[in-house]
Amino acid sequence: MSSDKSAGRVTGLVFSPWNLLLLLPFIVLLTPIYNRESPALFGMPFFYWFQFAVIILGVLCTITVYRMTRKKPVSKADGSTD
Amino acid sequence: MQWTELIIFVLLFGLVTVLGFVAARWRAADSLDHLDEWGLGGRKFGSWITWFLIGGDLYTAYTFVAVPALLFGAGATGFFALPYTIIAYPLVFLPVLRMWSVSRARGYVTPADFVRGRYGSPLLALIVAVTGIVATMPYIALQLVGLEAVLRSMGFNASGILGHLPLLIAFIILAVYTYQSGLRAPALIAFVKDILIYIVILVAVIYLPIKLGGWDNIFSAAADKFEATPPPPKGPADNVLLTSNNQLQYATLALGSALALFLYPHSVTGVLASRGRDVLKRNMSALPAYSFLLGLLALLGFAAIAAGTKPITNNATGRPDTNTIIPELFNGQFPSWFAGIAFAAIGIGALVPAAIMSIAAANLWTRNVYKEYFRKNATPKEEAKQAKLASLVVKFGAVLFIIGIDPQYAIDLQLIGGVIILQTLPAVAIALYTKWLHRWALVAGWVVGMGWGMILLYQIPNLAAKKEHFGGSALALDKLNILGWQPFEGSTVQIYVGFVVLVANLLVALVVTLVIRRFNVSNGNDDTTGEDYHVDEHDEDLRPIAAH
Repeated sequence: MSSDKSAGRVTGLVFSPWNLLLLLPFIVLLTPIYNRESPALFGMPFFYWFQFAVIILGVLCTITVYRMTRKKPVSKADGSTD
Repeated sequence: MQWTELIIFVLLFGLVTVLGFVAARWRAADSLDHLDEWGLGGRKFGSWITWFLIGGDLYTAYTFVAVPALLFGAGATGFFALPYTIIAYPLVFLPVLRMWSVSRARGYVTPADFVRGRYGSPLLALIVAVTGIVATMPYIALQLVGLEAVLRSMGFNASGILGHLPLLIAFIILAVYTYQSGLRAPALIAFVKDILIYIVILVAVIYLPIKLGGWDNIFSAAADKFEATPPPPKGPADNVLLTSNNQLQYATLALGSALALFLYPHSVTGVLASRGRDVLKRNMSALPAYSFLLGLLALLGFAAIAAGTKPITNNATGRPDTNTIIPELFNGQFPSWFAGIAFAAIGIGALVPAAIMSIAAANLWTRNVYKEYFRKNATPKEEAKQAKLASLVVKFGAVLFIIGIDPQYAIDLQLIGGVIILQTLPAVAIALYTKWLHRWALVAGWVVGMGWGMILLYQIPNLAAKKEHFGGSALALDKLNILGWQPFEGSTVQIYVGFVVLVANLLVALVVTLVIRRFNVSNGNDDTTGEDYHVDEHDEDLRPIAAH
C-alpha cells in the first residue's frame, strides 16, 4: 500500500523550532518558584492564581505552535489544503 | 427524599437517554457493523464534537467530586490536578498527531493494534491491551462512585443492595444505549453534560465566594481547619500551601499523570475518532478550558470548609464519604432546583466517560485478545458484535465491583491503574518515534516496572484512613530500596511511585536493548512506514474507513 505513494512525502521526523514553545508551560512543575502566599489576587494565594495563569500561558503556546507550523512546504505533494 | 432535585435529575437523565438511543442514527454510515463505526464513531468527528467528547472523557464525574474532596481533606496537594492538566496538552501535542496518522493509515483501533503492527509481536500487544483493560476497569467503577455520591445526596441512602438499586437502573440504561449506538452515544450526550457542567460551575464560583465572604475568607477558613489538625507524623500533612516534604510528590504526580493521560485506552479512542490532525491541534489549545473549570471547582473544596459542609455517611459502608462534599455543598447553599441541575450535571458526567471507557476496553478485548487468540478470521461484523457484548460485560463488572466489594478498593485500584498504565509508555509513546528499543527489552522493562510498582504501592500506609497498604501513591524517599541500597535513607521527602518505576522501566529497557542487540535477536516486522506517521484527512490514497 505504501510503495505506490507519491514521491516527496514526509517520512522522517518533522521538527520546527516553534515546537520548543511547548516546553514553556512545564514551568509549573517548578513548585519552589510559586509555593507562597503573597502576592494574593482577589484573596487567592499566589500558589493558586499563578497556576491559573499558567493555563493561559499553555494555551498561548499551543495556539502559536499550531499557527506557525500549519504550512509545511514538505506536505505539498499530498494534496492537502493546509 | 428531596423531590425537587429528584424530578429535575430524572427529567435531564431522561433527555440524555433519548439522545443516547437517537445517536445510533446520528451521521451514521449504512451499517454500524464495523469497529470503525461502532467503536470510533466513523472516524469523522470535527473540532467541536471532539472537544466535547475528549472533554467529557478526561474530566469525569469522579474528577469533579474527588478533586474538591481532596482539597477539602488534604489542602494544596489536591490541587495537583491543575498542573497535571496544564502540561498534558503541550506534552502530547506532537505524539498524538503521529498516533492519529499511523492509526488512520493502517486502520488501527486501539493503542495495542499499533504496537502489534510496529513490533509484529502479539505478545507485546497483549501486554499493552491487558494493562489497558486492567487500568480502565476501576476507572469505570469510579464513575459509579461519582454517580452514587449524587444519588445518596438526593436521599437514596439505603443500606445493602437496595441502596445500590438506583445506580443499577442508571447503568442498565447506559449499557443498552451504548450497546446500540456505540461511541456516537457518549459523543452526543457530552454536549448536554458539558453545557450543564459549565452553567453549574460558573454560577457556583461566582455566587459562593460572594455568599461566603470572598476568597480571602474561604482561604483563611481552610487554613484554620488545617492548623487545627496535629502536624505529621501524627496527623495528615494538610496545608493551604505545599510543605517541604510534598513538593516533589506534587510535581512528579502531575508529570506522571500527564504522561499517563493519553496512554489510557479511552483517551486514545477519543483521539482516533477525530477527523484529522487539524482537529486535534485545535483541541490541544481548546481543551485547557476544562482545566480552568476544574481548578475553580477544586477550590470549592475550600468553599465547603468555609460553609461548614459535612460529608454524609454512606449507609452501605458506614463511613463518612468525603466524595459527597460537593453534592452536599450544593445542597446546603443553593435552592433545590439549582441543586437538581448540579446533581444531574455530575450524574450525566459519570455516564459519558463510563461509556467511552467501556467502548475502549471492549475494542482492546476484541482486537487484541479475541481476534488475535480466539478467532483469527473474524469478520468486521463479528468484531463489532463481540465488542458490543464485551462492553456489556465490562460495565456490569464495574457495577459488581461497587456493589459486591467496598468502593474503597475501586479507589485503590484506580491509584494502581495510573501507575501501571504508565508502564506502557515505552511500548506505545516512544515507539511512535523510534523502534530502537527492542521488543524483548520492552517486555523486560514492563515486568520490572509493574512488579516494583506493586511492591512499592503495597508498602505505603495511610495513617489518616488507618490502612497499612495501598494508602496512596506518595512514597517517602527513605523507603526507596534498590536491592538493599537505600540512596535517600532518612529522607521524609515524598515522590510519586509511578514516576520512580517508570524511570526503572526505561533504564531496564535501555540496558536490555543494548545487550540483546549483540545477539542478533529479531526485533519483529514493522508494518508501518515513515510516511504513515504524517498522513492527513485529505490525502488522496487514504485507506477507506470501515474497510476490512
